[in-house]
Amino acid sequence: MITAFAFYLFATLTIASAVLVIFARNPVHSVLWLIMAFFNAAGLMLIVGAEFIAMLLVIVYVGAVAVLFLFIVMMLDVDFAALRSGFTRNLPFGLLLALILLAEIIVAVSAWKVGPVTGPVAPSGPVQPNIEAVGELLYSRYLVPFEIAGLILLVAMIGAIVLTHRSRGDARGQNISRQIDRRPSEAVRNLNPGVGEGMKL
Amino acid sequence: MIGLTHFLAVAAILFTLGVLGIFLNRRNIILMLMAIELILLAVNINLVAFSAFLGDLTGQVFAMFVLTVAAAEAAIGLAILVIFFRRRGSIAVDDVNRMRG
Amino acid sequence: MHPIIFIVFLPLIAALIAGLGGRWIGKTASKLVTTGALFAGVALSWPLFIGWLGGGAEAEVVPVLSWIRSGDLAVHWALRVDALTAVMLVVVTTVSSLVHLYSWGYMEEDPGQPRFFAYLSLFTFAMLMLVTADNLVQMFFGWEGVGLASYLLIGFWYHKPSANAAALKAFVVNRVGDFGFSLGIFGTFLVFGTVSIPAILAAAPSMAGATIGFAGMRVDVMTLLCLLLFVGAMGKSAQLGLHTWLPDAMEGPTPVSALIHAATMVTAGVFMVCRLSPMFEVSPDALRVVTYVGAATAIFAATVATVQNDIKRVIAYSTCSQLGYMFFAAGVGAYGAAMFHLFTHAFFKALLFLGAGSVIHAMHHEQDMRFYGALRKEIPLTFWAMVAGTLAITGVGVLGLFGFAGFYSKDAILESAFASGTVHGNIAFFLGSLAALLTSFYSWRLIFLTFFGGARWGASEHIQHAVHGHHDSPDEEHGDSAHDVGMPAEGTAGYHPHESPWTMLVPLALLALGAVAAGMAFEHWFISPEGAPEFWRGSIAFSEHLAHAAHKTPLWVKLTPAAVMLVGLYIAWRNYIRVTDAPAAFVAQFPGLHRFLMHKWYFDELYDWLLVRPAMAIGRFFWKRGDEQTIDRFGPHGAAVLVGAGNRVAARFQSGYVYSYALVMLLGLIAAASWVFWWTR
Repeated sequence: MITAFAFYLFATLTIASAVLVIFARNPVHSVLWLIMAFFNAAGLMLIVGAEFIAMLLVIVYVGAVAVLFLFIVMMLDVDFAALRSGFTRNLPFGLLLALILLAEIIVAVSAWKVGPVTGPVAPSGPVQPNIEAVGELLYSRYLVPFEIAGLILLVAMIGAIVLTHRSRGDARGQNISRQIDRRPSEAVRNLNPGVGEGMKL
Repeated sequence: MIGLTHFLAVAAILFTLGVLGIFLNRRNIILMLMAIELILLAVNINLVAFSAFLGDLTGQVFAMFVLTVAAAEAAIGLAILVIFFRRRGSIAVDDVNRMRG
Repeated sequence: MHPIIFIVFLPLIAALIAGLGGRWIGKTASKLVTTGALFAGVALSWPLFIGWLGGGAEAEVVPVLSWIRSGDLAVHWALRVDALTAVMLVVVTTVSSLVHLYSWGYMEEDPGQPRFFAYLSLFTFAMLMLVTADNLVQMFFGWEGVGLASYLLIGFWYHKPSANAAALKAFVVNRVGDFGFSLGIFGTFLVFGTVSIPAILAAAPSMAGATIGFAGMRVDVMTLLCLLLFVGAMGKSAQLGLHTWLPDAMEGPTPVSALIHAATMVTAGVFMVCRLSPMFEVSPDALRVVTYVGAATAIFAATVATVQNDIKRVIAYSTCSQLGYMFFAAGVGAYGAAMFHLFTHAFFKALLFLGAGSVIHAMHHEQDMRFYGALRKEIPLTFWAMVAGTLAITGVGVLGLFGFAGFYSKDAILESAFASGTVHGNIAFFLGSLAALLTSFYSWRLIFLTFFGGARWGASEHIQHAVHGHHDSPDEEHGDSAHDVGMPAEGTAGYHPHESPWTMLVPLALLALGAVAAGMAFEHWFISPEGAPEFWRGSIAFSEHLAHAAHKTPLWVKLTPAAVMLVGLYIAWRNYIRVTDAPAAFVAQFPGLHRFLMHKWYFDELYDWLLVRPAMAIGRFFWKRGDEQTIDRFGPHGAAVLVGAGNRVAARFQSGYVYSYALVMLLGLIAAASWVFWWTR
């Protein structure tokens, strides 16, 4: 009973948030509605017992991706009002396309039959916590994809930096090799000033 | 009571909404990227639902990978957007045909 | 090995050596090889011929190589030697060797001499293959070979567009004849089952009266075959209808005209008719056609020759006319007389051509007789040689005593035509006599214009070039200071024609000997009813009966040729020696007739309108509409254009708009999904 109620609550909120993401006037609102959608989706996942993924969703999606969106939205000084013109022009066509897509998905799903079940590849233990189970799987069976995923993130990070990096004219960077090449003999110069005299550099 | 079909329905609707979102806002790239995130979210829900109802953890592992890739894609996409905005001063991509063949 | 093998193949080997290796062995060696091969052929041919004269020689066939064996068709290379062949061998090798020798002098300054001599020898080989052919296919090989050599030699100076055009014209007109000949050969094989000549001739009488279907009609077999074969002869021997190529063939060097278009190639048609005479004897209708065509040609060519100004064209039309004589002789059944005239004609016509060449050589390549005159004292040897040739062709002689070559052969033809007693024979006799009058007229006109009268060399451009030095570059041609307006149109212009070198005079002398004596010497074996059957021995259908009748014709018939010859001589003498402005007055009085003859009875214009223009139009149609606009448009060119157009259409999808790309992706996804769903249902 609780499950059903929770499900319907989360589901409705997710879908409503998604709708509002698209139709919101202010892009900051759109981002906020997106965050809402993420949260409710996490809730859905909690219902089925995949709490690790649910939390991961919150941390990564909401904490990183959505915040990134927010940064960009607020950083770019864009006239969003002018951008919204021409919105309703495409509405009928887009709606039609969406409905067709939905119909096809439903047809596909209803045609789905359960094939001969060969047994789950990685059956979850009855009492093992979700996160332990996922961890075990990640570091044994799906190790290579895991590492590659890490690589992907590294590449994305480097890529983002490389793309957006611009050197400012007045920034003074370090020349590492020159620093290392320096020898003590050049570094220190012993001036012997007399008493009461100043120093010239 | 709450069967697999329910979850799949939710995911389907989310997917469709994401697709709709891509088509409706022709001038706002950020909204388009957000719509893509919605699509990916729908896929994630699907994966997790199947994983739970079939008792196979592979789905959840894969959902994690999808998450990773989505994050990377969002980062790069926004970086490109930033550069684009720097060059053009606007993010209206409706009239831009610089990739014209 | 039988000497015939050497006679036939030595010229081929010489042609190959000179033609392919001329660049390495040099021009003198090429000339020596080819001329030597020909003289060897002469040395071997005359004994063969004399052997036949003496009687006791038998016809034999020397096989060379086996060629085709396919079902019923068996064709082999084999050389046949009988009386007819012996006659032709002598004619071909003698004239060819003398022409080779003559060309040493005539073509002295030409840069392409090895090529020339190689072509001459190649021609001789092909002609010898033709006359020694034992089957029709081999004869056709020789036929085509001489046509090829004729094309190569007419167009020898290929830098001249007129020479190229003339060579092409000769080849194309010959082709029409060859088409008829081929059909004749096909029909012969169909009817007789073989192409071997002895077999056909033996089986010919049995086919008299049989009919065959042709072009939807039912026609007599032998008539059809003989007419088809005769079409080939018409093409090769320039008879009326397929004659247009012969005058233009004078574009080639004069030795070529002497060899090919006087003595040998053009006589191949006569030879073929005589060789196949048993076939023709079975079809009186075909013989009638042959007679009419021959007689018509004789009179036609004689009329046109009377108005020609180019010395070579006069002789060319003369050849055409004499060939007409030979054909109507064959048509009335006097094959022996036809061959006799072929024999004598070879000598005096070659003599006339080579003599004309000597005159041209002396007059620095001027060929127009209006610029000749008074050459009698300058080039006396050439003069006497030409006179000998003219006496021979006009048939000067005293009955029963002595005569030049043409006296015997031409008279024999006219007597046979009368003696045949048929309608076509009488018409041929009448036309032939008229043609003899004209022949005498134009032949003597040529002599008088060239060698008598006052010198008219001054107005000739060639002579002016010779006098004022050789101008090789075209821009110098009209910049000469001595070309002032006060130059007289007549007069010698200070030029001295010189006699030809010995290499050109020796052939003239030898041919003159033949022109004088050949008729009297060989009459007995060729045409007389006593000696001829023994000589021919079945190689041609010699009719003893006709020969007897020809001997017994009334006196007025025998004297007619002499009478018309005198009339022609008188008219020529009066118009060109006595009253020299008479020709101009005649032309002024009959301008239409003169124009008609000058345009050669408008045959060229007729053919141009009837054949050439439509052919060009059809060709253009097929080229522009058929090839370019249809095949090309739907083929390669069209494919290329389509690719370009498709490219432009496809490029419109690359708009550069990201949303368009996204839309297309989505549409593709939906389409794919729909297709999968509906297809798997």
